[in-house]
Amino acid sequence: MTTKKEWLEKTYKNGKERPVRFTTLSDMPIEPLYDSSDVKPNDDGIGYPGQFPYTRGVYESMYRGRLWTMRQFAGFGLAEETNARFKFLLSQGQDGLSTAFDMPTLMGYDADHERSIGEVGREGVSVSSAHDMARLFDEIPIGKVSTSMTVNCSASVLLAAYLVIAERQGVPWSQVSGTIQNDMLKEFIAQKEWICPPAPSLRIVTDMVEFCAKQAPRFHPVSISGYHIREAGATAVQELAFTIADGLCYVQDAVDRGMHVDDFAPRLSFFWDLHSDFLEEIAKLRAGRRMWARLMKDRFGAKNPKSMMLRTHAQTAGVSLTAQQPMNNVVRVAIQALAGVLGGVQSLHTNSMDETLALPTENAVMVALRTQQIIAEETGVVNTIDPLGGSYAIEALTDKMEAEAMEYIRKIDEMGGMLKAIDRGYPQLEIAEAAFNYQRQLEQGVKTVVGVNKYSVPEEIPIETLKINHELEERQIQRVRKMKRERNSVAVKEALKRVAEACRSGENLMGPICDAVRKDATVGEISDIYRAEFGVYRDPGWV
Amino acid sequence: MAKPGLDGHDRGAKIIARALRDGGFEVIYTGLHQTPEMIAEAAIQEDVDAIGLSILSGAHMTLFPEVMRLLKEKGVEDVSLFGGGIIPDEDSAKLKSQGVKEIFTPGASTEDIVKWVRENVQPRQ
Repeated sequence: MTTKKEWLEKTYKNGKERPVRFTTLSDMPIEPLYDSSDVKPNDDGIGYPGQFPYTRGVYESMYRGRLWTMRQFAGFGLAEETNARFKFLLSQGQDGLSTAFDMPTLMGYDADHERSIGEVGREGVSVSSAHDMARLFDEIPIGKVSTSMTVNCSASVLLAAYLVIAERQGVPWSQVSGTIQNDMLKEFIAQKEWICPPAPSLRIVTDMVEFCAKQAPRFHPVSISGYHIREAGATAVQELAFTIADGLCYVQDAVDRGMHVDDFAPRLSFFWDLHSDFLEEIAKLRAGRRMWARLMKDRFGAKNPKSMMLRTHAQTAGVSLTAQQPMNNVVRVAIQALAGVLGGVQSLHTNSMDETLALPTENAVMVALRTQQIIAEETGVVNTIDPLGGSYAIEALTDKMEAEAMEYIRKIDEMGGMLKAIDRGYPQLEIAEAAFNYQRQLEQGVKTVVGVNKYSVPEEIPIETLKINHELEERQIQRVRKMKRERNSVAVKEALKRVAEACRSGENLMGPICDAVRKDATVGEISDIYRAEFGVYRDPGWV
Repeated sequence: MAKPGLDGHDRGAKIIARALRDGGFEVIYTGLHQTPEMIAEAAIQEDVDAIGLSILSGAHMTLFPEVMRLLKEKGVEDVSLFGGGIIPDEDSAKLKSQGVKEIFTPGASTEDIVKWVRENVQPRQ
């Protein structure tokens, strides 16, 4: 009987090998062949779906029981525009909503702030108050559809606004389901949306975890994200490691505050990137589940299986899309989405082909949604759970990625945890190095991007793109100003004072914030309280 | 190398800053969330020969002109202004007609950019 070693030395050696480096997108070397000798037997074996350590899937029946949620990220212009896009997407078969806010909203500025000029409604929808939130969800039943909101440093205010509107729709908070990204650690590492420094930012996150555990138990108060870390230039192993390290930091902070791990951990959720290296991404998703399950059990003594299940949303890699020959992006997204499905995600966003140029047109986002529907309905991959489980290559890569990611996590442990690692710039510098390295490889032709450094065309065919009307900014500014004139400013002032007091006393901020938002305090006003009470963080500018 | 406005996407700006340094240029990276005023001030303080603006948020038609206006107002309009990010071709053409020296869009290599700076930016008198 041949062994792999014999095969490599006697048979493979006689074959040709192309003069290229055989590595993943993240430079992990890939062997010509994997076989049973590459799959390390371990105590848990490969395991079964719905059973610790969940390598093969978090749920017993996975897609045979329920398909992933098709949840396209959407938002632009004013609330009315996005409300229309939400309704369009729901009518086309999407089953969950995902909200993209504009930079002012994301950074804690109202539309009428000086810093917002030129930025209102451009990268997402403008929401300055509960009024905008009401318009955003006009005729959309919050009690029946789950909504994800991608917002971080001003998340407390947006969550409050969403809950206030739910209240007005007659939906009890205990029935509100959805997710708010609210992952501040990755902001300092990668996405760079912040108001105050890391320590108070973490306090606000834990306030929201505590609040949701008690008042909105179906809502996910954090989406521990690898997407942005990866998009900033991290390798797949770094994405895995830094994201899970962030998660450990949140769990530790809540536990330090006196919460019991099983009281909040079941509602922590994750968000992975789905990049182009098919095998690497599937292995990454499986490794992530196994790592989280083991860490939650071993480090935090979690007993509730739900505390150990890594449930995740995923998005195909924005950074892999090209401005050149944009139709090629449809192909990239399809393959990336397939990796997500074979990797067992719970929720999926597929990018539109035109997103290197602008926010998606209706036609482009429809193709992106259809991509998911075709995978679900036509490919048969959903008929059996974790179809690639047991593949020599996939199991070997899963093992390898887990081992390498744990090395990073140990390093971060030695630094004293993620908060300390961030203070000294560790993940930021690792990412900058990986990003620079990749760019150099691209320019040397070591890595290929079709249409960019190979198979390019001399003249591109222009495509239709979405244009944001400049007038919307002025309209929103007037609307916000009018609202500020017409509300009870004495009540708002009092309510904001209460928020400031809670900042100082350590009382959970969400109660006072919900109250302030009910009285029409704005995103900018509450963020200003944070600026005054906690200080403003300045970019250290690690290059 | 500056990041004006609220846009936090700094992957490209940092790579270009480093490539320019490797290419022998002295580069000051301002970090994120700079107002046009802060950028113009920094340019004067550091006595730069060129400013590169990186904008991926769609706010380029507001931010580029504002930086140009301030440079003119402060008497340093001979500083070469260039940049890149997510900037549609028609906007790129408009900005160049207003005085922006070059706009680099997705696919541009650091080699192109370093070469352009070497050939097109003169030390100011």
